[in-house]
Amino acid sequence: MIGRNGAQRPDFAAIAQSVQRGANVLDLGCGDGTLLKFLQQTRGVTGYGVEIDDSNVLACVKNGVNVIQSDLERGLSEFEDNSFDFVVLSQTLQAMRNTERIMREMLRVGRAGIVTFPNFGYWKNRLQVLRGRMPVSETLPFEWFNTPNIHLCTVADFERFCAERGIRIVARTVLTGGRPLTALPNLLGELAVYHFGG
Amino acid sequence: MTPERKLRGFFMAASKTLHSTTSVGTVVPQTARFTDPLPLRSGAMLRDYELVYETYGVLNADSSNAVLVCHALNASHHVAGVYADDPENTGWWDNMIGPGKPLDTNRFFVIGVNNLGGCHGSTGPLSLNPDTGKLWGGDFPVVTVEDWVDAQARLADHLGISRFAAVMGGSLGAMQALAWTIRYPQRLQHSIVIACAPNLSAQNIAFNEVARQAIITDPDFNDGHYQALGTAPKRGLRVARMVGHITYLSDDEMANKFGRQLKNGKLNYTFDTEFQIESYLRHQGNKFADHFDANTYLRITKVLDYFDPALETGGDLTQALQKVAAGVLVISFTTDWRFSPERSREIVHALLDNRVRVTYAEIDAPHGHDAFLLDDPRYHRLVAAYFERVHQELAS
Repeated sequence: MIGRNGAQRPDFAAIAQSVQRGANVLDLGCGDGTLLKFLQQTRGVTGYGVEIDDSNVLACVKNGVNVIQSDLERGLSEFEDNSFDFVVLSQTLQAMRNTERIMREMLRVGRAGIVTFPNFGYWKNRLQVLRGRMPVSETLPFEWFNTPNIHLCTVADFERFCAERGIRIVARTVLTGGRPLTALPNLLGELAVYHFGG
Repeated sequence: MTPERKLRGFFMAASKTLHSTTSVGTVVPQTARFTDPLPLRSGAMLRDYELVYETYGVLNADSSNAVLVCHALNASHHVAGVYADDPENTGWWDNMIGPGKPLDTNRFFVIGVNNLGGCHGSTGPLSLNPDTGKLWGGDFPVVTVEDWVDAQARLADHLGISRFAAVMGGSLGAMQALAWTIRYPQRLQHSIVIACAPNLSAQNIAFNEVARQAIITDPDFNDGHYQALGTAPKRGLRVARMVGHITYLSDDEMANKFGRQLKNGKLNYTFDTEFQIESYLRHQGNKFADHFDANTYLRITKVLDYFDPALETGGDLTQALQKVAAGVLVISFTTDWRFSPERSREIVHALLDNRVRVTYAEIDAPHGHDAFLLDDPRYHRLVAAYFERVHQELAS
């Protein structure tokens, strides 16, 4: 969970759109549980969050969200195959050491996955790189020396990654300033939301 | 003092007042007598029996705010507060239970009970066998977690509690909290399972067997009928407790507390206590042997060894936990090598398979198995937050 605690985040509404009512959801890197709480309230979902950080686990309990304290890098061995309708990885993919493994694990325990990540190809990021600096923005709020983000990618990178591994993309929403857009997603999109299946 | 320091001092004092917690104060144990025979797992039957218990807080009008606290190996019904005639005798979980504490007695009606076979007043080896008119001693039946839970359910009936807001325990107490979810799924809303395991490992059983052999081979044991002879296998019980104590602490904790410190600053080349750890273990052993009954200790180690809810489902814990309806909070401690986090994860896994409302926290504490009795703030904050949730559920 990277910089996603507290209030509503722009990708929440897009995630909620993909999640059917009453679904069983696993939220990986669930932070303080805001997303699950939001999905419980708006979509009547059930499910669990997975979180490593002590203070976030506590916050989840306070938010009335069932949380399992665990390190995602160790895989999802607590969870059985196909035990969830959706497995969500919201703005955490870019901080995972083993990106491919977590994607496979999501499709093992869930019938579908939803991944959101900051699009490194967003023009403002590109501009900062052109100026010779690592990008710092609302979706990438860290400096190069303290960022947990070790696997940043662009929309184009992610789609190629999925295509090469036979991961089927069901839907894509690209957001800028919280608003969906359709044209030139890899250049104009700040935040990407992917709904995918096996 | 600079104004800044003064201000800081003021805020610290203020925050202390805000978070101030107190003891439940003076408490009085009570006794409930049961005359309905209790069938035990072993096939034996207890014709009638007594349970000694304490309560703190007030049972609300619809009897929905009761929390049962189950004790572990060597504890008792004296969970919180002190006795008027023994103000030093503080309850064993007093840091957890009281007004403003994680289990807040301003909100909940808390019950502590001495289990069957115990030596703190409930029917056990120190009681009279109604069939013979003599002390039970070594003839007292071997009991199990399930037997204890059945007896606790009858105590709940006696107190007019049809459903607990929560049943809570650590270690062997947690096994009871878990057994409640299986045996009486509709009679509790939440279960709080701390430093638990779904069954004991061979290593755990081995430690228990060393403890039992120390007691049984003590020449004063007399097949368990030592009390009638005016003796007690104190040497054996002492060794049993020493073995136990080693397993409750982590290696690091022992290194921090004692290291290779010497008691008198030099080696004497004798078998007297030379290292501090020896002195500590002997002290713990002596203290324990003076106030605990060896027959009870033997039985409680058996209670631990026998606990295995998946036994009836061919080793399938998921199936064993199929009927769980309660919300479950599972907590483990990273340095607990006796009931390791991996064992708690097995429970969590099985609960997840059954789509139980489960929350799992792994507290990074250095104290080993004993951590469940200590007041690590992360641990206590979590339990407090969970009980806040339980409280809100009751209110809604």
